[in-house]
Amino acid sequence: MAGSTILEKTTCYHCGDDCNTVSISIDEKSFCCNGCKGVYQVLSENKLCSYYTYNDHPGASRERIDKRFDYLNEPTIISELIDYTDQEKTIITFYIPQIHCSSCLWLLEQLNKINPAIHYSRVDFLKKQLNIRFDHRQISLQQVVELLDEIGYEPLISLQDIIKEQNAATKDNLVSKIAVAGFCFGNVMLLSFPEYFGMSVAERSFKYFFGLLNILFILPVVCYSASGYFISAWQNLRNKVLNIDFPLALGIGVLFIRSVVEIVTRSGAGFADTLCGLVFFLLVGKFVQKKTYHHISFERDYRSFFPVAVQIIENSSERPVPLSQLHTGHRMVIRHNEIIPADAILLKGEALVDFSFVTGEAIPVGKTLGEIIYAGGRQTGEAIELEVIKPVSQSYLTQLWNNEAFTRKQDNRMQTFNDKVSKYFTIALLTIAFAAFLFWLPTDFRRGLAAFTAVLIVACPCALALSTPFTMSAALGVFDRNRFYLKNTAVVEQLAAIDTIVLDKTGTITNGSDSRIELKADLTIDQKQLIYSVCMNSAHPLSRMICVFLGNEERRDVYNYKEITGKGISAEVNFQKVRIGSEEFIRGVSIMLLPFTQVHIMIDGKYLGYFSFIQHYRKGLEKITELKRDYQLHLLSGDQDQELPSLLPFFGFKANMHFNQSPQQKLDFIQSLQANRNKVMMIGDGLNDSGALKQSDLGIAVTDNVNNFSPGSDAILDGASFHLLPVFLRFSRDTVNIIHFSFLISLTYNLIGLSYAITGKLSPLTAAILMPVSTVTIISFTSLATHFAAKRRKLI
Amino acid sequence: MSILYFLIGCSVLLALIFLGAFFWAQRSGQNDDLYTPSMRMLLDEAEETPPEK
Repeated sequence: MAGSTILEKTTCYHCGDDCNTVSISIDEKSFCCNGCKGVYQVLSENKLCSYYTYNDHPGASRERIDKRFDYLNEPTIISELIDYTDQEKTIITFYIPQIHCSSCLWLLEQLNKINPAIHYSRVDFLKKQLNIRFDHRQISLQQVVELLDEIGYEPLISLQDIIKEQNAATKDNLVSKIAVAGFCFGNVMLLSFPEYFGMSVAERSFKYFFGLLNILFILPVVCYSASGYFISAWQNLRNKVLNIDFPLALGIGVLFIRSVVEIVTRSGAGFADTLCGLVFFLLVGKFVQKKTYHHISFERDYRSFFPVAVQIIENSSERPVPLSQLHTGHRMVIRHNEIIPADAILLKGEALVDFSFVTGEAIPVGKTLGEIIYAGGRQTGEAIELEVIKPVSQSYLTQLWNNEAFTRKQDNRMQTFNDKVSKYFTIALLTIAFAAFLFWLPTDFRRGLAAFTAVLIVACPCALALSTPFTMSAALGVFDRNRFYLKNTAVVEQLAAIDTIVLDKTGTITNGSDSRIELKADLTIDQKQLIYSVCMNSAHPLSRMICVFLGNEERRDVYNYKEITGKGISAEVNFQKVRIGSEEFIRGVSIMLLPFTQVHIMIDGKYLGYFSFIQHYRKGLEKITELKRDYQLHLLSGDQDQELPSLLPFFGFKANMHFNQSPQQKLDFIQSLQANRNKVMMIGDGLNDSGALKQSDLGIAVTDNVNNFSPGSDAILDGASFHLLPVFLRFSRDTVNIIHFSFLISLTYNLIGLSYAITGKLSPLTAAILMPVSTVTIISFTSLATHFAAKRRKLI
Repeated sequence: MSILYFLIGCSVLLALIFLGAFFWAQRSGQNDDLYTPSMRMLLDEAEETPPEK
């Protein structure tokens, strides 16, 4: 027993985590926890061990095991979740965040081998979704979910059904519209070439035939592919807004009418190919702009992380109740790792609540009986009973969502460059067109009409409409590479317009999970073993961190183990009394008021020292705070101001640091900044920042794992790229400059075209050449320029 | 030269067939997930229990 055997580090066969004990093993394979071992056993019983041959350690750690899925028997909940059901089968789509490698794919598509009642299972890897068809007479939905959980793939079932919303959003016919436009474009080109190359007298008979065919081809282009532009232009006109869709729709309409008239009256060849090309390129631009991240959701609110149902006690028996039916006065049971969905009073049990989703603070808080616990915390430890005092939608946290910031329409928070320019552009365009018409009217009515339509055709802002999507999508790609995920292309422009930055503290500039442990005591190896053995018995996160910090010590038998919630542990190991916990618990008083969490140690009545858990700031914080030269910089924290001294050097002025802010106050603070005409960027991470993120002109959620929960925002930043933020800001300004420049280029083309057009002698050939050439120039210029800008900023 | 009428008819018909094929593929969801099949094809068909590693 004595001595210091340092065990060789073994890793879990299933998930690859370090094994802290050697006791959990089977078939000469070691596992980090019983959960992982359980998964292995299920798989080996069903002869599915190829799972482990495709990848090393494909599993996800299974330390959390006690999950309950009783609520999946409630018919109301089932009907909300499933896609389709009839007498025999049910189809359902699950979102499973753990899907990450080919082994996952392989295993999830072999579910039928584990239970033949599952007929079909198909993975969509990028969306991390699993589509299952099963016979509900043989296996219930609850059993399906339990089976998935058993093999380590617990589906994320939440109130806000992300899956269905996403599927609904992708259902527009853009691809089909592009296909039709492309098809017609190709054919019309083919039929128009003979006209351009000149035809002999003998071939003239074909001309009318080709023309009629062209009309047939442009009909679906105008009526189907381009329909969106007409609808949008009409809606905007009714709202008295002139956006870029108006001149586009005007151009398309004029092109169509003039082509038909010219062909039918045999007075010319028409502009069928220009029309098809225009619509085709415009739609491609739209397609490029629509980059979607399937695995990231920007619209999450509290509903997506609250459970679907909660267990309540009624007449001394437990039953699941959907959250929407949870009322004041219900007595609910919350087990280990479950989320408290409503403000409630603690009635029974030891509450140790982890508020990391809400505040970003990773270390759980102990609560005593009778205390009010706000919704959003995750209970760790034993099961507790609480009485609901406010319904879900009225609780301290969730009432934020009743604020008008959440009901406001999202799209037009800031006018984009395109919106601003297209107004003047349209007015100028119409002025020139009418001027040309009036100029020719007295001498030649037909020529006047020709000039009028030609101006509208040639000045159709195709290149202008394309410059933004192509630049922005290239920029989005650059950001994406650097793990900065933007909701859509408009966010790039918003990023460039920012002049005020507001930072949350916990979890945003500090690294939530990864606090650094330091041991401020001289311990012998023997003493380390004692502490390790005691801490191994505790599920408290601090104990866990200490175990990881001490590494693989030999584990000894522990007697008289006692854990006092929120205070500490006392136990006997090897006839020595070990006490570990808060300073008050160990020494009776707290003398050292240090600005960080400490765990003190006492062995056999002798005080030995303490572990300190210092939250360290994210790498590159000094770079962010250097931005205070060009931007107004604020710190907005829900915590006490203990850390003010250590943060002061970063922020400079006390006036810019705001502590003790409630979620609502955070929102109000952003509003007050905006009232001073500041363009505010909020960077936060927890649910308590949700209001501020939504209210701000640009909300960025920082997270260490993009698949994890992050509150609704415009952009999601991976914590590892936090230091790049200043570069991102500079790069976004570059891209806006590129857009301005490409606007100049497209204006030049328009001027060249106009000089032909106002004379009323625009030949179809000129239009047919000018349109694609300008498009190609713009696309190549924007792509290249964005690439070079990114290179200059060292982003690629 | 009248053969051109026939030829153009043929070419348009052929192109329409391709367009139709594309629409069919789009409707039946073949373009919904363009990534997973590339991984799926690398996995072996269900075989007897492979030798343990």
